[in-house]
Amino acid sequence: MSEERSDGAIRISRRGFLKAGALAGGGLLIGLRLPVGGGAAAAEAGEQRTGADDAAFAPNAWIRITADDQVTVIVDRSEMGQGVMTALPMLVAEELEADWGRIATEFAPADPAYANPILGRQATGGSTAVRGAWRPLREAGAAAREMLVAAAAGRWGVEAAACEAREQAVHHAESGRSATYGELAAAAAEQPVPEAVLLKERRDFRLIGTPQDRLDAPAKADGTARFGLDVQLEGLLTAQVARCPVLGGQVRSFDARQAQRVPGVRQIAEIDSGVAVIAEGFWPAQKGREALAVEWDYGEHAELSSAGIAERFREAAEGGEAATAHSEGDAEAALGQAERRVEAEYEVPFLAHACMEPMNCTARIQDGLCEVWAPTQNQAATQRVAAEVSGLPEAQVRVYTTFLGGGFGRRSHTDFVAEAVACAKAAGAPVQVVWTREDTTRHDHYRPATYNRLSAAIGEDGGIRAWRHHIVGPSIMSQNGMIPADQRLDSSSVEGAAEIPYRVPHTRVAYTMANTPVPLWWWRSVGNSQNGFIREAFLDEVAAAAGEDPYELRRRLIPEGDRHHGVLERAASEAGWGQPLPAGRARGIAVVYSFGSYCAEVAEVSVTAGREVRVHRVDVAIDCGTAVNPEIVAEQMESGVAYGLSAALGEAITVERGRIEQGNFDDYTTLRIHQMPQVRVHIVDSGEDPGGIGEPGTPPIAPALANAVRAATGEPVRRLPLARAGLQPA
Amino acid sequence: MRVALTVNGERREAEVAADTPLLWVLRDHLGLTGTKYGCGISECGACTVHLDGEAVRACSVPAGQADGRAVTTIEGLGDGQGGRHPLQEAWIAENVPQCGFCQPGQIMSAAALLARTPAPDDAAIDAAMGGNLCRCGTYQRIRRAIHRAAAQVQESEA
Repeated sequence: MSEERSDGAIRISRRGFLKAGALAGGGLLIGLRLPVGGGAAAAEAGEQRTGADDAAFAPNAWIRITADDQVTVIVDRSEMGQGVMTALPMLVAEELEADWGRIATEFAPADPAYANPILGRQATGGSTAVRGAWRPLREAGAAAREMLVAAAAGRWGVEAAACEAREQAVHHAESGRSATYGELAAAAAEQPVPEAVLLKERRDFRLIGTPQDRLDAPAKADGTARFGLDVQLEGLLTAQVARCPVLGGQVRSFDARQAQRVPGVRQIAEIDSGVAVIAEGFWPAQKGREALAVEWDYGEHAELSSAGIAERFREAAEGGEAATAHSEGDAEAALGQAERRVEAEYEVPFLAHACMEPMNCTARIQDGLCEVWAPTQNQAATQRVAAEVSGLPEAQVRVYTTFLGGGFGRRSHTDFVAEAVACAKAAGAPVQVVWTREDTTRHDHYRPATYNRLSAAIGEDGGIRAWRHHIVGPSIMSQNGMIPADQRLDSSSVEGAAEIPYRVPHTRVAYTMANTPVPLWWWRSVGNSQNGFIREAFLDEVAAAAGEDPYELRRRLIPEGDRHHGVLERAASEAGWGQPLPAGRARGIAVVYSFGSYCAEVAEVSVTAGREVRVHRVDVAIDCGTAVNPEIVAEQMESGVAYGLSAALGEAITVERGRIEQGNFDDYTTLRIHQMPQVRVHIVDSGEDPGGIGEPGTPPIAPALANAVRAATGEPVRRLPLARAGLQPA
Repeated sequence: MRVALTVNGERREAEVAADTPLLWVLRDHLGLTGTKYGCGISECGACTVHLDGEAVRACSVPAGQADGRAVTTIEGLGDGQGGRHPLQEAWIAENVPQCGFCQPGQIMSAAALLARTPAPDDAAIDAAMGGNLCRCGTYQRIRRAIHRAAAQVQESEA
């Protein structure tokens, strides 16, 4: 555990360190236990792993320095585009005084030592990577630096205080002596772990806060980056799995005779999720699957349709009892007494993640070891699931994380892991399970659809006197057993709606859980993606009814000193809010807090007479506290805008006869280059500790777009994607 | 059938069913994994390679049609001596890749564009790159990188 001293230095207790030992080649290895999720069991498991591995490479650490002066940072979060492979080593290198231009990285294995301090397990999600690492990784770097300095001071017989670490070497100015970290590594490993380390003051940062190029860009530009699909092993087979097209259905029986005759098909095996065709490569697996005759037991949901689900939501809104997510004053009474009231219904669809890399996983079981190569956001669950399916203890499961061809939450699920291990077990050979694009779309776990009723009362002062928002929709947490079966409130369903940043004396935000058989999971920015849209678009409707400027109303209703102000004002001024636009163009603004960061966006759009919508420009203002790498912050804002815009313009998952109707990019249409607006990112430096950046750029774009369209047409956009509001993307 | 290709300047052969898409010949038989599988129906462009100099979607070209022809993949786009193509340099300089999965296909499409239009404007870029999806939304950086590479090529030729 660490605590802050009054002088700002961070004190780490000695038991905070797991390990400091010598490498075989003579080097320094230092690990620092994370403050959450460790514990005795985790430490023990870590020790076991250490024993099983070459002791020189014990994994409970982020830093490895070898005699050849190579500093390697172990990256314990998954790189899915959000930049952790660059940002996390920056935190270490800053305090370590490593030479950034020579840093090397490795992805961490599955190990309790790498538990995410915010999530409590080794996983990447919730825009937590930099937030969680902000203290531990700097502490790890600082402690290593102090040991290197102590080693140099000891060698030279001088005071450590007279030495300085700089550019991967320790220098003693008085005598003019210097030694590289590589030269000092072996001796540093003998040094006691410091009881406390001093972290740099913000003004002393040399690396943090500077735009640095991505370390993964070269490999991703020349084709050498290894994604899950690119894993190559001796004797590797490829499997495709035929799964029931109806949600919740199962295999009744199958006839494998034709499939087995396809050249290259090795084996047909029934596994939990369907029938696996295991073959010598993708194409034989595909042909074998086409030749496979499966009779399905469609189960209970063969008549399920999107129309039926929408109807169920409406009925639930009428009859069902709602759980209160937030309540202040007496919204019912205030609305009842109101002279000016605005009311609206909003609907959003189920959404697929549509990662560019189709789902896949590779597994090999041999010599009592289950090895899994996975593009996963969730090493902890991958290890657990692989153990369950293989029948081996977790200590005999190795997880190797590849690059992820997109994640967006989808890859924190483990359905693809279970399949790969089941296939490897059945085949007695290494197997890579590959989902086709259609599999990836039809067997996703989707962003929930919701139906919403909103009412607001406009006060005599032009402000909002009452606000009521009733959300009806299925619950991710209930469906996946993350909350007790009788709990009626899912915090992820109401996030972005329950915490209204605006001063409203009477508010009630309520939620009616209306579960459906459609599988659900985290989707970039989770509840904020729907609720940010609904709240901010409805607020614009209220502003219009009150005759207020939507930007000015927001500013007026947000309390002084609130961080929403900084981003609202910056986005508005950069976008030229209030300045004249060319004919046919209009602007919309929205602001949403999520994952520790404040983000406001202004969209500039045009709507043609044919009701075609084009987004020309988006100004993003982001207050993510300290921007560790402003270049990556900018990238993530661009990406968040693109992802949210893609959904708002054209994405929807629908169900008919129990089947997901969309399959590929021809009917699940995502953003293309001609639809990409100019995105300008403005970082508002509040000097706070880092907030998240992977998700916060997404929620404000749909409402900014909707509000701009309303400004252009006079009609609110209450349904997404645009086609459901009678509009089309250009 | 025995398919014979010239891949990145080298003669390569593989024993495959004639309808096997070029994509899987490259990935599963020749071990060239830089070319990505994204959709299988020419909708996403992740598998873009050059066939006799033309950008094609490798997922939709049967091996039988590729037989005897020259294929360039992302692995062979550089100068053949370990040097990167100007587009690859530009991609790195503009920090284009995020997850990176679509980028080999993006770069191969961009290379085909520059080969016939050395100085494309944004409209030409959008037209040529419209078949390449990116879910990370790196599109505006892709535009910038193409302009950068085009300028660099023209400068070096001037």
